[in-house]
Amino acid sequence: MNASVNTVPMRPRRQKNVPVWLRAWNVVVIALLILPVMIVIPMSFSGARNFSFPPKGFSLRWYENFFSSAKWMDSLLASLQVGVLSAVIATVLGTLAAVAIARMSPRFSSLLSSVYMAPMIVPGVIFAVAIYAVFLRWQLTGGLFGFVAAHTMLALPFVITSVSSSLSGYNAGLTTAASSLGAGPVKAFVTVTLPLILPGVVSGFVLAFVTSFDESVVSLFLATPALKTLPVNMYDAIATEIDPTVSAAATLVILVTTIVVVLAQVLPGRKKRK
Amino acid sequence: MTTQILSIPDSSKSRVRTGAASVGGLALPALLALGVFFVYPLALIVWLSFTSPEVGLGHYISLFTDGVTVTVMLRTLAVGLIVGLATLVIGYPYAYSMTVVSPGWRTVMMTMVMLPFWVNIIARTFAWFILENRGGLIDQLFQAFGIEGVVLLNTWGGVAVAMVQVMLPFMVLPLYNQMSTIDRGLLRAAASLGAKPAASFAKVYFPLSLTGVMSGFSLVFVVTLGFYITPALLGSPDQALLSQIIATRVQRLLDFPGAGAAGMLLLVVTLVILGVLNWIVRRANPLMKKGSA
Repeated sequence: MNASVNTVPMRPRRQKNVPVWLRAWNVVVIALLILPVMIVIPMSFSGARNFSFPPKGFSLRWYENFFSSAKWMDSLLASLQVGVLSAVIATVLGTLAAVAIARMSPRFSSLLSSVYMAPMIVPGVIFAVAIYAVFLRWQLTGGLFGFVAAHTMLALPFVITSVSSSLSGYNAGLTTAASSLGAGPVKAFVTVTLPLILPGVVSGFVLAFVTSFDESVVSLFLATPALKTLPVNMYDAIATEIDPTVSAAATLVILVTTIVVVLAQVLPGRKKRK
Repeated sequence: MTTQILSIPDSSKSRVRTGAASVGGLALPALLALGVFFVYPLALIVWLSFTSPEVGLGHYISLFTDGVTVTVMLRTLAVGLIVGLATLVIGYPYAYSMTVVSPGWRTVMMTMVMLPFWVNIIARTFAWFILENRGGLIDQLFQAFGIEGVVLLNTWGGVAVAMVQVMLPFMVLPLYNQMSTIDRGLLRAAASLGAKPAASFAKVYFPLSLTGVMSGFSLVFVVTLGFYITPALLGSPDQALLSQIIATRVQRLLDFPGAGAAGMLLLVVTLVILGVLNWIVRRANPLMKKGSA
């Protein structure tokens, strides 16, 4: 990276072609990554009430069932509610924490950030069992608050990572400039820092929402018949009910995820090329 | 990092002091939340595992004497090892290709990795449920070759196969990150000194990519050890992995102390493996620098 400019006079722009066997290998890997996911889509149009593949017959009954049953719609609504609430809280807490990390001396900041990252490292089952034990004592299982509290913990590391990386490109002198011109710390943050780190905050929010919306392990423990999130319903449909509506639900989830991921990968590249 | 737009000399001490006070205040809300909803719950089940119903190491001793947990732990480690090695073999050439293709293709290849990474884990596991089911696509495929009854569903092998696909992004991303920092001028230098491509790969490129290999492998291994959804949906109780044991203790018996002890076992094993891998990387690094100098 560093000395290459001196040692290598010219870096050819187009690098060596990828050999044929390697291309073939990559095609196989892409197939392995994508095809098993895509198999869910034809399943969702199955006419039969089982999980056999290839599906027999064609029908839209699983989509109809998904959108007309209170059970599935309630769980979708619950997932959206929990997702938005925990993303908002995680974004506020995480942004403040990331700013604190950026302003600390390196020794403290590395200690603090490893504390904040802990929910990412501890296996999901262990956290699920632990928070379930506590929420049983506090009678918080099956309530929106319990879901939001647990999901916020899991989403925090994503927000902190995302905001921290955009803060690393932020010039701290700008805050000093704002305060020397008379802005209080809050005003300096809102009018100067926040607009500049906004991309990191927004992507942190999106990551936090997706983390919560997808979260399955903790949700399986906290769910009660009265309050289930979408992944919990999908899990039950596969594991206990053998309800093919799950294939429609999974297809919709895959569709939305694909659109978001492709846009996220393609859009920044376009802007740069313009 | 960025170009200095404004360069302001270090100003009054008072600013620094108010800064230091407010920094603590900024860090506090997240710390409090983590304390109440993360640290306390974990501390509680660890405490319970040593004290409930009576003080002692009973739960930990029974992990090793109940005749089940040790087998399950070994099976879990085997699955982690298999998934780690399989994703490495599959992902290494792919990650390498990502560093040499055109930017357009790189975006395509990255999108293909990120896509399954973000798709809901239950949707992905459901797909493998269909594939591995009796009469599913894998069963049909083997039947076409005259091999009957290859039903991976409800076996730990079936869990491992699905986990390879689920974990592949966790391998490719760290590998790619490391490989994209390798100076390809070194390969041209090796070639100009007469090294054949295979030799310059083995002697120059692979050692330089070793840090990425280790971080990819340890990430996949560790995440696999603690993974719950895929084993729960594709595995079976009599071929359980450790995460299933922890979950069923609580779901069936509300045995929080026992689950806490099993969880501690998982955590300790995870940390020991991470420590060992880290140690290997640290030992390997100075050697690599000596070799390339």
